[in-house]
Amino acid sequence: MLEARDLNVSYDHRTAVENVTLTLAAGEITAIIGPNGAGKSTLLRTLNGQLRPSSGAILLDGQPLERLNRRSISRRIAVVAQEAELRFPVTVLEFVLGGRFAWATNAGWGWETERDVQVAQAVLQETELSELSARLMNELSGGERQRALMARALATEAPILLLDEPTANLDLSHQATLLALVRARCDQHRASALVVTHDINLAAQFADNILLMKDGKTVHSGSPEEVLKPQILRDVFEVEVLVDAHPVTGGPRVTPIHDTYRRSI
Amino acid sequence: MSSTASDIVASPSRQSRVTLRKTLVSCALLTAALLLAIVFMSLIGSEPLPAGASLCALISFGTTTCGLSRDQFDILFQIRLPRILLAAAVGGSLATAGAGYQSLLRNPLAEPYLLGISNGAALGTMIALVFFGASEWMRPLLAFTGALAATLAVYRLARGRAGATPERLILAGVIVTTFLSSVIVFVTTLMDATRIRSFTFWLLGDLSGTSKSLLPVAITIAIAGTLVLTLNARSLNLLMLGERDAFDLGVEVGRVRVVVFLVASLLVGSSVAASGSVGYVGLVVPHLARLSLGSDNRISIPAAALGGALFVIVADTLARTIIAPRELPVGAITALIGAPLFIYLLRRA
Repeated sequence: MLEARDLNVSYDHRTAVENVTLTLAAGEITAIIGPNGAGKSTLLRTLNGQLRPSSGAILLDGQPLERLNRRSISRRIAVVAQEAELRFPVTVLEFVLGGRFAWATNAGWGWETERDVQVAQAVLQETELSELSARLMNELSGGERQRALMARALATEAPILLLDEPTANLDLSHQATLLALVRARCDQHRASALVVTHDINLAAQFADNILLMKDGKTVHSGSPEEVLKPQILRDVFEVEVLVDAHPVTGGPRVTPIHDTYRRSI
Repeated sequence: MSSTASDIVASPSRQSRVTLRKTLVSCALLTAALLLAIVFMSLIGSEPLPAGASLCALISFGTTTCGLSRDQFDILFQIRLPRILLAAAVGGSLATAGAGYQSLLRNPLAEPYLLGISNGAALGTMIALVFFGASEWMRPLLAFTGALAATLAVYRLARGRAGATPERLILAGVIVTTFLSSVIVFVTTLMDATRIRSFTFWLLGDLSGTSKSLLPVAITIAIAGTLVLTLNARSLNLLMLGERDAFDLGVEVGRVRVVVFLVASLLVGSSVAASGSVGYVGLVVPHLARLSLGSDNRISIPAAALGGALFVIVADTLARTIIAPRELPVGAITALIGAPLFIYLLRRA
């Protein structure tokens, strides 16, 4: 379980995250939404230990994060970043096996074990990449690469997943597939996930909790029904919105209405 | 789960065993080629040596002359063999350092010579020569210091807000190189005129002045440095894919960075102190290693070390034979091969 208490993070001489408290409970997906520059990605990177909070505490399974070594954190927290840097040719399987690094008994020169490969092959199957496993990463499409990033995070077998805009490069069907994978991890393995996203409707559909941020602060947090209210969203995003019930799920559905658009109807 | 089943699960995977076998086979082949090169290149030169007797003397490690004359024996063991062994140490060091920098800086074009790191080491060596001329040990020491300072300068200059792009890194290298070149010119003017010509040669990379006392140091550093970087190969594999990703996956990025910077600077420092700035070895050789064996540093670093040794031995043999009895600096030969490859890589990047 990952907990943050009264977290403050300064970044580039300004306070990027202010007094944020959150708990990622087993089996739950939490979505962070908010306008650009709200501190969403900064919060995510702080929770992973990449940025140090100026005050507040982060507890991983009850232990302060800063007292744990890198590999033991990486066995418990996996991050799905927005895009991989690919300047050297690596195959999809090699890339996904990178997720097993934290489990290696010999981190330097050691070799992947049979179990590492089994895990990698299983996640390749889950992410529908099995057939591409021998292909080079830089030959894949943007969406396939994003799935490979997801596969690598799943290969860590970490019970906590932090996802930064995981659906940014994905088409409609793969967006849903990817979040369904996260959902399945949470349901079957009691994992917890934190998803930074701009897609409010996707968040409404998959998240158990939504954390709405603006200017580094938590504006609201709670279930999608509690957070996704027209008045709240209007204040945070400074745009008129229509919130109605999703025709299939029954959950909230958010449609922005721009002034120009409204005038024309 | 029974213990045997868990043993199987924990054992190296089939794929890993294939990779390991590939590593061992390629390293064994390269070692054999290296030994052959050491033996045969020592027979070639302006003074021809009888092949049979020389082979016999080499195989006996110089314990018997096998009918070689005193002069021939001395040429073989006092001149050619030390020079060839130094060429091997320099080539291995530079190729390993190149592979290390490339992974750490995520840039297939990173190379000690092109980044100005060799120039940093050259300046250190020159300062040692000018101010501490008598002490042979100050040369590698100050060369290492110079290489490390240049490495840190390039690294700092190359890191923009968005991280180090390949172009920015090369530009930072150009700045450091040209700046250090002018300082080197300045220091050169402090030297007496008779030494300037040999100096210019040395700056271009020259093995003709092989120092006996530094040879064991250069060989030891080449082997130890290659081992240390190979032992960090798995971390480097992840660093090649980005520092942030590597951190997320459990690599202690700060520690690995310090290790690579120190070891690579040591490798460059020791080879520059011994032979000047031999360029492009760190570019050509790791590139060929990756092209033929893949990007996995567990294979490509040891293969690059052996290949680098082989490359510089052959280049130096060319340098001392093609216009015999006169000699070219070995750096001229490696640059003739390396510069076109650099252009090719730049166009492809």
